[in-house]
Amino acid sequence: MSRAETLRLKQIKANLKRRALILDSIRAFFKREGFLEVETPLLVPQAAPEQFIDPFAVNGWFLSTSPEMHMKRLLAAGYGSVFQITHCFRKGERGQLHNPEFTMLEWYRVDADYLGIIEDTERLVLAVAGDLGLGSAIRYQGRDIDLSRPWPRTTVSEAFRKSADWDPVLRHDPERFDLDLLDKVMPGFSANRPTVLMDYPAANASMARLKAGDSKVAERTEAFIAGLELANAYTELTDAAELEKRFRDVIQETGDSEVHRPMPRRFLEAVAELPACGGIALGVDRLVMLLCDADSIDEVVAFPRELV
Amino acid sequence: MSIEISEVTRNTKILIDGVPFAVEDVNFVKPGKGRAIYRIKMRNLLDGVPREITYHSGDKVEEVSIVAHDMQYLYEEGDQFVFMDTESYDQHPVSKNLLGNKAQFVKESMVVSAIMMGSRIIGIDLPKFVELKVVESAVSTRTDTVTAQMKVVKLETGATVNVPTFVKEGDTLKIDTRTGSYVERVTKK
Repeated sequence: MSRAETLRLKQIKANLKRRALILDSIRAFFKREGFLEVETPLLVPQAAPEQFIDPFAVNGWFLSTSPEMHMKRLLAAGYGSVFQITHCFRKGERGQLHNPEFTMLEWYRVDADYLGIIEDTERLVLAVAGDLGLGSAIRYQGRDIDLSRPWPRTTVSEAFRKSADWDPVLRHDPERFDLDLLDKVMPGFSANRPTVLMDYPAANASMARLKAGDSKVAERTEAFIAGLELANAYTELTDAAELEKRFRDVIQETGDSEVHRPMPRRFLEAVAELPACGGIALGVDRLVMLLCDADSIDEVVAFPRELV
Repeated sequence: MSIEISEVTRNTKILIDGVPFAVEDVNFVKPGKGRAIYRIKMRNLLDGVPREITYHSGDKVEEVSIVAHDMQYLYEEGDQFVFMDTESYDQHPVSKNLLGNKAQFVKESMVVSAIMMGSRIIGIDLPKFVELKVVESAVSTRTDTVTAQMKVVKLETGATVNVPTFVKEGDTLKIDTRTGSYVERVTKK
């Protein structure tokens, strides 16, 4: 073992021990809430059709980019509320907050909508911080952050009008949306409180249901803490025909890419029987970063890509 | 060669509108379901000016091969210096302008590092330190003031530098080519 590796692994050992406690605490939370822990395949015949998520291809199969489709097949079979901590693989995603292989916490609560899922998230993060003895006030990268509930909520429309002077719900401009979200909207969030950004434009609905009574927005929300995009939640779309149409649009738009994206038939059949539920994907590495006061994913993962 | 923006890393050399840039930092950001954004910090290899450009996933850039060759300075010809590749013995005339202020420290038979893009020399790096002989020890200039501790001397290449007053004609001085300043007097062996 090289000296540099030994030194690095010694330096991050406290973070990795805390990481183990966080995983224990997450499991304990969901068991108390009556969720079933499940496991789904990492090697899959197709990845969910997502325009900007590229899977790794392996002998004609793919490494899973998200456990979503398989977890929903369990939900459709009547398993009730389920959770999973698993690895996901996304090609080309590498940066201070990204590693191409990362850890996702995903859960689905039956009969909940996206805001019910955000309440789960608030309680989960507080429970984990509590188990670590941190209480509801943490310090991250020199900022004091108050995690107490409820986390301030703002709609995409409000946040963009306030910080970027336009409303993405009224005008579809995906390129500007991403850049302005990063450069203007996120920096406008409170430095000392989490932010729940909700009601994304229908064009960014992904697998979320459109809002009852306002089809211009989707029941999709994201939680941000201290500049970290922590989790993405939906009231799950249970209309298989609508979902197939959205998938077809994505497959068409990404048609020239090298990745073959077949229509996920088994999943769509299951969606027809999906109970009303909300779900969320939360980046475990980022939660660990937050609770270890680490500013890079490399400080909370034993072997990031370059060191595998 | 055209490469995907995701393949660009620190030290990749890329060509933008015919101008070579060295990548100094790649900042990858990606909003959850959005497109990946690459903010690339780079430096213009011709004039050293930094620049930042934002790219999206799927964008392509032109990678360029930039290599350094050791070359020996042979002689001066008009406004050019002629260097010889120490491996291939090819001779390359280089405009003095390309060396800027460093031109005044180029000495006969000195080996420099020539930065080449294809067959074109786009930069000359001198050794960090050169040893040059003082040919005139009492130079008066309008810009450099002679103080009690420092004076101006002229070196064998024609360059003038500020030196301590103990420096004499015939001494050999170590000069920092990056700043053009005196480092020390070299003791004769």
